[in-house]
Amino acid sequence: MEKLLENPYLPYPVRIDKIITETEDRNLKTFRFVFLNPKDEKKFSYTPGQFAELSIAGKGESPIGIASSPTEKGFVTFTVNKVGLVTTRLHNMKEGDVMGIRGPLGNWYPWEEIEGKNVVIIGGGFAFTTLRSSIIYMLHPENRSRFKDISVVYGARTPGMLLYKDELAEWEQRDDIHMHITVDGTDDPDWKYNIGFVPTITEQKITSADDAIAIVCGPPIMIKFTQPVLEKVGFPPERIILSLEMRMKCGIGMCGRCNIGHEFVCKDGPVFSLAQLKNMPPEY
Amino acid sequence: MTKKIYTKEEWIKALAGLKSSYNIFVPVRDGDFHTFKVLDEKKIPDFNFQNTRLSPKSLVYPRSERLFEYTLDENAPDVNIIKESEKDYSPRAIVGIRPCDAHAFQIVKPNFENPEYQDPWWTQRYESTTFVGLGCNAPDSTCFCTSVGGGPFSEKGLDALLYDLGDTFLVKGLTEKGETFLENAQGGKTADETALKAGEDLAAGVSDKIEQKVSTDKLKHKVQTELFDAPFWDEVAFACINCGTCTYLCPTCWCFDIQDEVLGKQGDRIRNWDSCMFPLFTLHGSGHNPRARKVQRVRQRFMHKLKYYVDKYNNGVQCSGCGRCVRNCPANIDIRDVCELMNG
Repeated sequence: MEKLLENPYLPYPVRIDKIITETEDRNLKTFRFVFLNPKDEKKFSYTPGQFAELSIAGKGESPIGIASSPTEKGFVTFTVNKVGLVTTRLHNMKEGDVMGIRGPLGNWYPWEEIEGKNVVIIGGGFAFTTLRSSIIYMLHPENRSRFKDISVVYGARTPGMLLYKDELAEWEQRDDIHMHITVDGTDDPDWKYNIGFVPTITEQKITSADDAIAIVCGPPIMIKFTQPVLEKVGFPPERIILSLEMRMKCGIGMCGRCNIGHEFVCKDGPVFSLAQLKNMPPEY
Repeated sequence: MTKKIYTKEEWIKALAGLKSSYNIFVPVRDGDFHTFKVLDEKKIPDFNFQNTRLSPKSLVYPRSERLFEYTLDENAPDVNIIKESEKDYSPRAIVGIRPCDAHAFQIVKPNFENPEYQDPWWTQRYESTTFVGLGCNAPDSTCFCTSVGGGPFSEKGLDALLYDLGDTFLVKGLTEKGETFLENAQGGKTADETALKAGEDLAAGVSDKIEQKVSTDKLKHKVQTELFDAPFWDEVAFACINCGTCTYLCPTCWCFDIQDEVLGKQGDRIRNWDSCMFPLFTLHGSGHNPRARKVQRVRQRFMHKLKYYVDKYNNGVQCSGCGRCVRNCPANIDIRDVCELMNG
């Protein structure tokens, strides 16, 4: 039989182009990758909300959300928390090292549905990566007119734990995006933004659900307490969009471990609306 | 389609003649059990068996398989570049596979071969295999293939089917692949009306012998979340020791793990069978585990087979009724009982 054209398990070889330490605990780093074969960049055509398997020979693979936007050309970036075998090895790698990326995988935020609406983005901790991708994508001159108001609530434990600090500061200056940065607490007398948990700040700042869609990405506890706030403001479950995490191996719906009911988080997700999740077993 | 009759000696001789064009897997006796092995001079095929202890899924989907290889040698120009391992997909045939086990491959197929992705290894090995089934003359008390869309002489997933008529085999070609196999098989003669009638009578008689009936008709209409919260899961899971025997023996269990193994500076990426019975299967890097408790894992196995699969693929249940899990569960958990609970 003729050989299949694409092996979905075969990673594209990439070179680490740049490494940025993002947080004060040095546990989160952003890796910028360049494809060794320029043709692969075209094949790795993605949409904000998708993820990829970062593939390290000798260690294995880790599913990580894509932090760059498709409007940024010539590279792809991922912000990685140091947790296990693969991510620890990655944190010890240096610029110039070669590894693999497999993807893009999964579905994406429902851009067709989001178009023409007000967008509320709510993020917490290191789950801000695909939200960063989405913000860059929406703010791009070619795309900005496709969306109405963009509001962002983003929180971390402390100012030093916020990701993408330079970009946050830049977005704060712009008038085409409403930023509500917050931290759980700080002793920094110069902190000029909000103090409080994400659900609290959401309650204060997001006061209308009119013609709006909310994208929520963060730790389970944040999602749990943000959900009722959004529902109170008037967001129906169909217009609350969540991105889930699960242990994965194949990333293409075959290895069997990331299912919630009959849906695979890797292939049918990771993006689900709250309305969808309400019809699925609560096993995540 | 070809319909031929062989004496049993002639058939074994014909298989020996086919060795030059196929790798032929046949059932052979192995201690107290039977297993499929490649036919060679030293092997005596034994078609007088109930079923193999392990399902033949490993012939298409090995327990452990190297997918990729790479070098970690910093001086090599291709250091850290992951490359596909060479594979042999020359023609092969499984002769004597029971209809339930052939049906199982068809049940598994939509997982490995779907509109979005194709698993290259499963697909190519499946395509290169000719399935020559052997009808069941004497099903076991634990068999329930007729309740899940199969039958002791079901042709689902088969390229040819053998009927054991005592001293002779009646063989029918069912697909192009099966016809090619039979064209290359020496000897035998065209089956006459008497032989064909004998085959039909045999098949009809055996189907009536399967008394085990399991109801699956209502599964599709059940609400997933309600079945998930059903009151019987604690009781179903109570005796389970999470040994994973059921998933290992099951011809339709397909879950796997991917691991990297390194020796010196050479590394391999390997796929191994995995099991939803094990807590590590779903353990997150953060320590969170959506299926940390035994009852959650047991529920997952039955819900996957009898509800999630039904909802996702509209292809019946993910079970071919082979009865292996029923026969081999050390805690006597019986999928037929669980199915009745779920369908009730």
